[in-house]
Amino acid sequence: MNWVWANLDLIWDRTLDHLVLSVPPIILSFVIALPLGWLANRYRLSRGVILTASGLLYAIPSFPMFIVLPALVGTTLRSPLNLVIALTIYGVALMVRVVADGLASVDADVQRSAVAVGFSTWTTFWQVELPLSGPVLLAGLRVVAVSTVSLATVGAVIGAQSLGSLFTDGFQRGIQAEIITGIVATVLLALLLDGALVAVGRLALPWTRARKTVKADARLRLPVEVTS
Amino acid sequence: MIEFRSVSKQFPDGTLAVDDFSLTIPSHRTTVLVGSSGSGKTTLLRMINRMVDPTAGTIEIDGVDIASLEPVKLRRSIGYVMQNSGLLPHRKVVDNVATVPLLRGVPRKKARADALALLDTVGLDRTLADRYPSQLSGGQQQRVGVARGLAVNPNILLMDEPFGAVDPIVRAELQQELIRLQTELGKTVVFVTHDVDEAFLLGDQVVILQQGGRIAQIGTPTDILAHPANDFVASFIGAERGKRALHLERHDGRDVLVDSDGRLAGVLVGDAPGQGVGFR
Repeated sequence: MNWVWANLDLIWDRTLDHLVLSVPPIILSFVIALPLGWLANRYRLSRGVILTASGLLYAIPSFPMFIVLPALVGTTLRSPLNLVIALTIYGVALMVRVVADGLASVDADVQRSAVAVGFSTWTTFWQVELPLSGPVLLAGLRVVAVSTVSLATVGAVIGAQSLGSLFTDGFQRGIQAEIITGIVATVLLALLLDGALVAVGRLALPWTRARKTVKADARLRLPVEVTS
Repeated sequence: MIEFRSVSKQFPDGTLAVDDFSLTIPSHRTTVLVGSSGSGKTTLLRMINRMVDPTAGTIEIDGVDIASLEPVKLRRSIGYVMQNSGLLPHRKVVDNVATVPLLRGVPRKKARADALALLDTVGLDRTLADRYPSQLSGGQQQRVGVARGLAVNPNILLMDEPFGAVDPIVRAELQQELIRLQTELGKTVVFVTHDVDEAFLLGDQVVILQQGGRIAQIGTPTDILAHPANDFVASFIGAERGKRALHLERHDGRDVLVDSDGRLAGVLVGDAPGQGVGFR
């Protein structure tokens, strides 16, 4: 523990580095996966192509990706941007299928009724399909968040500072406390982001909780209201 | 007035759902399309708000060919009530009712105030306004569905088997409520059902459909019951058997009505000249 107290500043800095590396990919992968998932859900042909292609992205080993990316996008080999792009690609790979499945989970009757009362394709997506696929999207986003935080540690090997740097450094210098600190801090950070997403979900998807908690109350009041 | 002129609909898979269908639906009256599945009744209803476009023929609303209207805009001007209410599960009752006015650009505050007033109109307590649809009973959801259909004060109200999924007691209640509303509001209601009793109860004009949207008979309920046009109609409305084929028997000096199974259907209470035997 002495090592931790002596190096709180360092741990804090690496935690911030880690956040800067992992939060943008989480948001970006969601934003990029939305239109792709929508397209995959919309047409049968595009579904097969997009889902297979995005699934394959996840099969790319991370080290070759780090080496090839700079050549492809014109960044330097040691730029943190490489890591952000790579993590975004992995996030998109997971999220596209989640978005497609989430949109497919929306009740067809509800969609048809939305169209029948005058929602356009655009407003149906934003006001009906997207919010109603919220619970599925949130579940997927939580997986992406945790996996991104964990993958971001790999950046240490290619020079992007993160909590991963604590274990590469600790390994090289034989400081066991530093290694353990790196692992524990990564797990805590993942839990923190996961918790933040759950909190956002509670605020953004209030009806999902209403269903569970107030049903008993609604049932009790039923006979009174039906006759009124 | 809604006019179907030689309308046909062939789906991409080749099914001919509607074949050369012509009908005039008068304003401020309830027209019920009744038929079994495959009769094309729902397809016909969905053509009125362009959820389905005909492959031949035209449909006019008050003399305007609806093919020339923008579908989304058209739909926002027509009330639509469907089975299982079709409410948005993620919006509170009041917001569900206010949905279409909001789409049409009515300010939020006014839309919500109007929505609350509509809850009164359909006989729902305002305390339900902040509930989500899943927290209501089936009958309440259906009432919210009707309120939503009325929200833009449309001339036309399309109802696609709206009471099909609720239990018989609640259904009877909702039917009476609709009759009351219609007396007050006088909308042009187009109602689809497979239930003949419901059709006769609600319809000013009843259209009995055969396979492929062929009209077996059009008329008032009394017309159809008294003079079924053919065997199909007679058997569809059950005129030749069961509870509609009644005969008189005399018991203890009073006339009683008995159905073909020998069950007592009612007593005859005085004459109603020229009206036949009304038992509805």
